[in-house]
Amino acid sequence: MPAKLLMANEAFAYAALEAGVNVVAGYPGTPSSELVETVAKLHSAGVAQGVHVEWSTNEKAALELLAGASMSGARCLFTCKQMGMNVASDALMSLNYVGIRGGLVLFVADDPGPISSQTEQDTRRYANFAKVPVFDPSTPDEGYAMMKEAFEVSEKYGTPVIVRPTTRVNHASTFFDVPAETHARPIPEGGFQRSDKWIIFPRRAYQAHGEINERLAAIAEEQSGGAFNQMEQRGSAPVRGIVAGGVSSAYVRDALAMLEGEAQHAGKPSPEYRFLHVGTPFPFPEGKALQFAEGLQEIIVFEELDHVLEDEFLKLAGKHHLPYAVHGKLDGRTLDRGENGIDDALARLRAFLAADDARPEESPMESANEAPEAIQPPMRPPVLCAGCPHRGAFYAVKRAVGKRPAVFCGDIGCYTLGNAKPLEAIDTCLCMGAGITMAQGFAVAEPDRKCISFVGDSTFFASGITGVANAVYNQHDITVCVLDNATTAMTGSQPHPGTGQTLMGPKTKPISIAEVLHALGVECIVRANPLYAEEAMEAAREAIDFPGPSAIIFESPCMQLVRPEAPATVDESACIGCRKCLTTLGCPAMTWRDGVMRIDATLCYGCGLCVDACPVQAIASPVREAGQVPFAAFRKGAK
Amino acid sequence: MSVYSDGATTVLLAGVGGQGTILAADLLAKTAISNGLQVKLSEIHGMAQRGGSVTTVVRLGEQVHSMVCDRGSADYLLCFEATEALRNLPFLAQNGKLLVNDVSIKPLPVLTGKASMPKRVHERLGEYNAQLVDANKHAREAGSLKCANVVLLGALAANMPFSMESWEEQIRLKVPPKTIDMNIDAFHRGVQSVASEANRS
Repeated sequence: MPAKLLMANEAFAYAALEAGVNVVAGYPGTPSSELVETVAKLHSAGVAQGVHVEWSTNEKAALELLAGASMSGARCLFTCKQMGMNVASDALMSLNYVGIRGGLVLFVADDPGPISSQTEQDTRRYANFAKVPVFDPSTPDEGYAMMKEAFEVSEKYGTPVIVRPTTRVNHASTFFDVPAETHARPIPEGGFQRSDKWIIFPRRAYQAHGEINERLAAIAEEQSGGAFNQMEQRGSAPVRGIVAGGVSSAYVRDALAMLEGEAQHAGKPSPEYRFLHVGTPFPFPEGKALQFAEGLQEIIVFEELDHVLEDEFLKLAGKHHLPYAVHGKLDGRTLDRGENGIDDALARLRAFLAADDARPEESPMESANEAPEAIQPPMRPPVLCAGCPHRGAFYAVKRAVGKRPAVFCGDIGCYTLGNAKPLEAIDTCLCMGAGITMAQGFAVAEPDRKCISFVGDSTFFASGITGVANAVYNQHDITVCVLDNATTAMTGSQPHPGTGQTLMGPKTKPISIAEVLHALGVECIVRANPLYAEEAMEAAREAIDFPGPSAIIFESPCMQLVRPEAPATVDESACIGCRKCLTTLGCPAMTWRDGVMRIDATLCYGCGLCVDACPVQAIASPVREAGQVPFAAFRKGAK
Repeated sequence: MSVYSDGATTVLLAGVGGQGTILAADLLAKTAISNGLQVKLSEIHGMAQRGGSVTTVVRLGEQVHSMVCDRGSADYLLCFEATEALRNLPFLAQNGKLLVNDVSIKPLPVLTGKASMPKRVHERLGEYNAQLVDANKHAREAGSLKCANVVLLGALAANMPFSMESWEEQIRLKVPPKTIDMNIDAFHRGVQSVASEANRS
């Protein structure tokens, strides 16, 4: 079979399938989502045989499900982004003590920058905290090999294992030889075997802690001599050492090649150095690190997010009384946050290898945001799509609140973009599910304020329900706006419990958000189509005016799930040029050109919301004129 | 920045979400590997997928370690929109080649009157010896505005060392069967647009 161009996340899916993985579960989050999607695609194409794959309601549910499957002997793969690890950590901490049977690998994607995340947290720290081994790939190819090795290590030592790529690796593509078919490993005969070890009593935890310590020492020694911790040397007795982990190793390798090119061109000898790539940061490969440190006077460490390797080398120096100095994030010799890069590594290495203690005058990375010229092109911020139903929901709620004091608590999803002008309908965003509970805090602190939360349908199931229970139990006067667009839109349209669609094929009965709210005791529940501004505003007003917990469910599909309706048109003779449509809705299909409002027919999705925003009825929408509801052909889950 | 590259060629494709930069990058990667090179391709997306600035990096060569394009290191900067071209100029290498689709897509802050479009765009691009391509016109002539990305790929191909046949082969394998002829036509219009531009100057 010819090599295929695969995104690393797709390749990692193949690696797990080749390792015979039985069960794959996770929750979507950039940059991790493609792995589960690839397994699902290969399963439905008949390539990946015998595997079960699912989007679980959240990360904790996914990891706990896998803990059970692993105890039956199944090989298991968990996926999430770095913040998902926070949600799953409750399960991980204990699971490491209980141990596993079938290999259990956690694929956790970190996001230096951050490019699309709330934090720059470092999963290598989680590995250390939970006492679980972690692999840190520098390239897609290395990650592919690590994924297979992770299953072996997991099973050999009975420990969960983390594979932690970062965005640049996750979303890089290269060519891979992949099998035409994969088969899940059969569950061992007899399946689950009862044992005291599966129950985490304090006495057992004490015993297990000892076992964890022992296996970490053994894994450190084994990996120390393994293929993922590589050392290279130029010159016979270099005194300068370079350490890198993750994608920074790839940057350093490129930069070193450039420096050698420079030296060659100038007719000078190549710089002398020793380079260590650390692919298994925890447990730290101390043996390899000691070999590396032999005779060195200076070490510089390149890594993203936290100073994990830097800490290890400082510790090593203390423990073994080694005379080298360590440079990195802690002394400002490398970037203390954000992404590294080739240019940055080049400038810093040039200074380091020339024994020049001065910092490079200006890191190319630090000045990357400055304009090369006086005039900067206008920003192109991400915006809610033309035809996005959230726009109508924000418009309705803002109008229903009117001039009353209010706070709008947002959540994680596309609708965070509602914070931008002209909608300005999101005031806070913390973490998954927090909008509902934060609104309750505002309500307690400031009873005269209208406290509104916005939550997406997928987020509602992932971590919104307990917050609603709290509001009902403690009788907080809040209004929960569920933006039900029938998908997990921001991460690329994944199904969730409210859609009834699963990754295994057969459709289940969708869980009704209205029935869940009703069952939890919410007494005022209204539903509205957000694409009809008046109807939506009336519904919003009813819920917002209700004393006590109330809910509005805004129902209209994500535009990515539906075909466009005929575009709206502007009657130029009727348009008074007030631009109210543009300045209240901010739809990207609208343009103001030569004193006339226009709607770009190629961008307009025909949702018809702008018809209601026009004070002089100058905008017409064909679907409305035909007396039809936009996107009515869409039924939940019937994509 | 080092003037001595690591031996790999870096192509940066920049545009607006939905313009088809990823398909063009995919075709470039596949053509390069069919010519025996190593390839790494990197796309960054997140937040809303439509309407924002998007860039894709393709690095090709005998040996390719990393997958990013730093400032001053794009050997080829292929821009699908003029404002994005201005935004990405700092990434162009000193002797890098700049190819720009001669269209402007206004971002929302401009539409709502909070910002204005840059002035003297052609003049500023001209300072970097940009080759302008009217990809939308060529795409319409080939049959659909949707193949503007393949027109731009043609403009890039005219500057790269791979045979026309190897590009065509990858296009045939990638696009829907009904659109093969149209896309091949669009590709050659792109190749020729650059050739005729070069004759003029």
